[in-house]
Amino acid sequence: MASNKKYWKSVEELDQNSSIVETLRNNEFVEEIPTDEFLGDAATLSASSTTRRDFLKYVGFSTAAASLAACEGPVVKSIPYVVQPEEIIPGVADYYATTMMDGFDFANILIKTREGRPIKVENNNLPNAKFGANARVHASVLSLYDSMRLKQPKIAGKDASWTDVNAAVTKSLAEAKAKGGQVVLLTNTMASPSTDRLIADFIAKNPTAKHVVYDAVSSSTALDAFQMVYGERALADYDFSKADVIVSVGADFLGDWQGGAYDAGYSQGRVPKNGKMSKHIQIEANMSLAGANADKRIPLTVTEQKHALVKIYNVVTGASVGAANLGKQEDAVMKAAQQLKAAGGKGVLVSGLDDVNAQLLVLAINKALTSEAFNPSAARLIRKGDSKAVAQLVADMKAGAVHTLIMNGVNPLYTLANSADFAEGLKKVKTSVSFSLREDETAVKSTIAAPAPHYLESWGDVMIAKGHYAIMQPTIRPLFDTKQFQEALMAWTGNTASYYDFLKAVGSSIAVGTTWNKLVHDGVYSSEVAVVSGGSADYATAASTLANAKNAGGLELVLYTKTGMGDGQQANNPWLQEFPDPLTRASWDNYVTVSKKDAEKLGLQNYNVANGGLNGSYTTIEVAGVKLENVPVIIQPGQAVGTIGLALGYGRKEGLKEEMQVGVNAYKLYANQNANQVAKVIKTEGDHEFACVQLQKTLMGRGDIIKDTTLEIFNTKDAEEWNPIPMVSLDHKETPATEVDLWDSFDRTIGHHFNLSIDLNACTGCGACVIACHAENNVPVVGKSEVRRSRDMHWLRIDRYYSSEETFKGDEVLKGNTSGLMNSIDTLTGMEDPSENPQVAFQPVMCQHCNHAPCETVCPVAATSHGRQGQNHMAYNRCVGTRYCANNCPYKVRRFNWFLYSKNSEFDYHMNDDLGRMVLNPDVNVRSRGVMEKCSMCIQMTQATILKAKREGREIKDGEFQTACSAACTSGAMVFGDVNDKDGQVAKLAEDERMYHLLEHIGTKPNVFYHVKVRNN
Amino acid sequence: MKKVGNHNSFSKKLIFSLAMVLSLSLSSLAQDAAAPAAGAGDPAKGKAIFNTNCAACHKLDAKATGPALRGVADKYDKEWLYKWIHNSGELIKSGDAQAVKVFEENNKIPMTAFPQLSNEDIDNIIAYTSAPKEEAPAATATAATGGAAAQEGGVSNNLILGVLAFVLAILVVMLLFVKNVLNKIAAANGVEVAAKEKSLPIWKAFAKNQFLMLVTSIMMILIGMYFIYGYLMQIGVDQNYEPIQPIHFSHKIHAGDNKIDCKYCHSSARVSKNSGIPSLNVCMNCHKSISEFQGDKDSTYVEYSKEFYTGEIQKLYDAVGWDKTNMAYTGKTKPVKWVRVHNLPDFVYFNHSQHVSVAGVECQKCHGPVETFEIMKQHSPLTMGWCVNCHRETNVKVEGNAYYAKIHDELSKKYGVDKLTAAQMGGLECGKCHY
Repeated sequence: MASNKKYWKSVEELDQNSSIVETLRNNEFVEEIPTDEFLGDAATLSASSTTRRDFLKYVGFSTAAASLAACEGPVVKSIPYVVQPEEIIPGVADYYATTMMDGFDFANILIKTREGRPIKVENNNLPNAKFGANARVHASVLSLYDSMRLKQPKIAGKDASWTDVNAAVTKSLAEAKAKGGQVVLLTNTMASPSTDRLIADFIAKNPTAKHVVYDAVSSSTALDAFQMVYGERALADYDFSKADVIVSVGADFLGDWQGGAYDAGYSQGRVPKNGKMSKHIQIEANMSLAGANADKRIPLTVTEQKHALVKIYNVVTGASVGAANLGKQEDAVMKAAQQLKAAGGKGVLVSGLDDVNAQLLVLAINKALTSEAFNPSAARLIRKGDSKAVAQLVADMKAGAVHTLIMNGVNPLYTLANSADFAEGLKKVKTSVSFSLREDETAVKSTIAAPAPHYLESWGDVMIAKGHYAIMQPTIRPLFDTKQFQEALMAWTGNTASYYDFLKAVGSSIAVGTTWNKLVHDGVYSSEVAVVSGGSADYATAASTLANAKNAGGLELVLYTKTGMGDGQQANNPWLQEFPDPLTRASWDNYVTVSKKDAEKLGLQNYNVANGGLNGSYTTIEVAGVKLENVPVIIQPGQAVGTIGLALGYGRKEGLKEEMQVGVNAYKLYANQNANQVAKVIKTEGDHEFACVQLQKTLMGRGDIIKDTTLEIFNTKDAEEWNPIPMVSLDHKETPATEVDLWDSFDRTIGHHFNLSIDLNACTGCGACVIACHAENNVPVVGKSEVRRSRDMHWLRIDRYYSSEETFKGDEVLKGNTSGLMNSIDTLTGMEDPSENPQVAFQPVMCQHCNHAPCETVCPVAATSHGRQGQNHMAYNRCVGTRYCANNCPYKVRRFNWFLYSKNSEFDYHMNDDLGRMVLNPDVNVRSRGVMEKCSMCIQMTQATILKAKREGREIKDGEFQTACSAACTSGAMVFGDVNDKDGQVAKLAEDERMYHLLEHIGTKPNVFYHVKVRNN
Repeated sequence: MKKVGNHNSFSKKLIFSLAMVLSLSLSSLAQDAAAPAAGAGDPAKGKAIFNTNCAACHKLDAKATGPALRGVADKYDKEWLYKWIHNSGELIKSGDAQAVKVFEENNKIPMTAFPQLSNEDIDNIIAYTSAPKEEAPAATATAATGGAAAQEGGVSNNLILGVLAFVLAILVVMLLFVKNVLNKIAAANGVEVAAKEKSLPIWKAFAKNQFLMLVTSIMMILIGMYFIYGYLMQIGVDQNYEPIQPIHFSHKIHAGDNKIDCKYCHSSARVSKNSGIPSLNVCMNCHKSISEFQGDKDSTYVEYSKEFYTGEIQKLYDAVGWDKTNMAYTGKTKPVKWVRVHNLPDFVYFNHSQHVSVAGVECQKCHGPVETFEIMKQHSPLTMGWCVNCHRETNVKVEGNAYYAKIHDELSKKYGVDKLTAAQMGGLECGKCHY
């Protein structure tokens, strides 16, 4: 019902005679609406001939034109060079030999460039290029394209020019000279003869100057010991290929111990040849890569390790220094000592104990053994850091004695345990210059932040070891307004020559008998070294001091570096953040590793939640009053009871993308730069969410996934015993699985047939292949929360398995003996837990390129199909994303693009910025959302090799075919090639007795095969 | 996609033809007048000699590496010219004042000696260089003739058609008359013309016939689907895409008239996956000395004037930073942003060297008769079906390639053929092009 209620709009309406009411009724808008004024110039508008209708026509036309234009394809611009450089052909890769050097990693490498952009790191395969690339070196090419790099000099936080910087520094140096204030050059280990000369010049010109070398992760104690005996600050080199018995006391020599790059030599001796292979005994606290590869692993606390070292010293040298009994491990240690002594010159001992006395004993033992593997003559020069000098510097700075501080490649405000003292001292320094790739903690607080070029933009030289000289050459023009430390030094000492000319002169004087061009072309130069015999030291005192070592009460903390992160310089590199740790398989984190026993005592736990993600308790770790809070826990099988481990290199904040600011800064606990500390662990509230890519820890006695045997059985029994062909039931008869098939096989004897061989004996699990695969195949980074949901995109993963019993063999026996339902449930549940000190096995798994592939038969759109050359092809443009293939793949190697990972701000990694995308390989497609992807066996590389041979009209030689992973493998575990080339290496490996296929009984006939792991125990 | 048609409007042609008639008569008059002034030599022969020997460094009307040569005989004594051309170096060394002056005027760039040219040859060249400058553009002449010929053809066709239409119209009119007359006769004779029975209109009958309706609708659906399918299949296929480029580069002039090998400019096609748009320094290999368009009269440059082409060369100079008057680079470059014509999607890997170097496929096979293209366009559809067809039909070129020796023997035995197609060699496998 309509209401008759009258609403008054104004008081005026009450007055019947009001003129306003009348006017309003006739004309709603009493005042003229100023449309013309609003639209602009009224005069012009009225003069305009454009009528309203015309206006509508224009609007209509332009809308139609715009929508028509939208139907058209985009116009792609193509811009050729104005003057094309002679050596660049668009579409063809160029390779340059150079040297990776960041003070922590050193490697002889080749850089693949496309159209002038470095896109990949390859190993330099010259025989004298001994330092292979590890995972971090492979990833370093992405760090070049880091959008968070410092792009121009800054003085007191404000943008400045290099002229300003030079003026400021020169003025400060003059002032220091006049006032007698200290000038300190604080650098990382540069091992660069040319830089050493420049620094010497600098010190000559500035009499109050001194040079302090600071390694973030220090080998100071080993350097001190070597210096005592050999009179030089260097580290002995080891050639593990010459050793039959390797005893390591706490040295992760397959990781970053003393500069790393030992895996190639180690793996040579690990492949059984003529019934022989080296024996590796590892005595350690944390489960390390070296420990995981050892034949015999003896978990001991740091104090116990010291005692063990004394015992070995006693046995080898015949001394009799009393040391405490090691309890149940006593026999094992004594046996190791006996074996080492028996090996004599074929034995070698290394140690990672951060103690001068321990390092002295290492030298003594190797000398007593006259070890062939021990080489003090060709000493390594890639660690020079002096912890005492650094401590002195901090004291000087606090006292206000330092006038000018020039830093290069160091970040003490992040890496020093006493960074607060350093910060206080830095305030008293008049001028501080920090040469740095990014605006890190130190650069922010320095008066001058000087952008340093990446090593791929720099000239340089490195004396990696005596007699091993390497050249660094730029592979791209500097991306930003950067200057090398060396150039700046030359400017400040009034040297007007260019650093290149200076380097050329120095390089030519060192590399005698070769030309400069050849030196740059090869990247390495080796020469004979003088044999040093060295003096002696007071080993007896060292041994007795060690023997008296006592646990100070509390858990013994061993600080270590992770394969992915190292000392943390490349923390802004998404490839490395997403790289799963070889042992814990966790990415995007560091954590404290504790033994199961200690975890139970402290109430710490790990558990998996419903979506499969791993959670862990939080703890607070306290070392000498310094507390590190919210440290997540991972219970690590093999961790020695009474010890904990924590990785350095995480927890950085400055100059990092937010996604990369993960983990906790363990450098806070790195007091006196000593890796061995005593800590207190307190459980705190809350649980941490890990991004762990492997949930299954053990093999549950499935011996056909990783086949392993002992050297004894391998030598004495037939292959059927230790590498049996699985049997399946055909017509109720036991038949070898290789003879049963659902399909008729194709003839694969014509043309190439690619096979990849993986030797589980040679694989150390270092993960270089994983990063090489990322770089070659444009594999996206998905971030922590996606990895936690098991949506990682790694085409190549390295599975790690622990044994549940003492050995894998034990697992199989145990499983074989179970009978009855209840019994087996109990046993199998028990087998999910790894042993306290398990055997470990690594297994790289990528697409197995099955000749009878289960994925191919279920694809509804035939997006995945088989090629004659053995590769399982994946046509991304055809894929509709049903994921049937992934579900039908027994190896779980297919990866689905749940999201668009490039140009997506939700995934703010390298593919989301223009600079980061420069690293993409133009020969490989960037996959889009909703598409399945997987290892292609680097078909772009095999096709390129074939095309090269076709163009040159020749057959392909053995060894020419490579995949990214096989080319990156320095240990020789991965060999790729044409199995139809009967004389080729792969064909021979395929015929080897140790060869087996993964899950052979399901009859997929893979083109990837493995070699049985043989253990020498 | 923007497409530029070769619009040859009728009126344009008419104007051209008029201009042609005028200019032809003018230029022929001019030539007649010039002939006696040329002297002893034959300008036609002289032109040929000039183009082979001198044109690399000299132009008639502009300074190049050497000075402009028109009217050179007026400046210097003929005997002196003989000596200079036969060996200028010697002349300079002998201290001839004039020779030294010329040498110094031209930045002391020594001129190549031509002892092989006879005095008669030199006379011919002089005759050619003495011809006065032509004013009318030669191109319009040919354009007009071409236009006129086309015009005539059009008229005659129209005429026949018109006559035919006229005849037909007369027939219709006559039939109408006949019908009228017959009706009148019938009326006169009292014959009753039967009244038409009112039947259902055809569309109603059609609508009532369900069978017909069914068949028709099925037909309509099928036809509709056919066209929709056709429409969908051409999405993303840019055949005949002919974008306007920042520099009007004529493949017809370069590859057609001047017969420059494709791979001279697109050299990376031999070794790389990209054929490569040539960098500007490649253009400058020739264009350092060719700063203006010198097309022949008998050639058929219908649409563009000489000035237009010369202007395009100037665009190149601006881009590469070349000062043509001083014959020097200025260092101010401005890279050319070409519009890419052939665009394969990212998920396809195509390698030129495989096809060009290994298989020996002619560029024209995929790119069409580029040497006739004034403006570059996409000749082939570049669809997968098109690729696959060729792979099915083309034999692998194995001769003299040791790579193929073994695999070809074994495979041809297996398939029982003499020659293998690319498909049999594995050229149809997904992963060969998609990764």
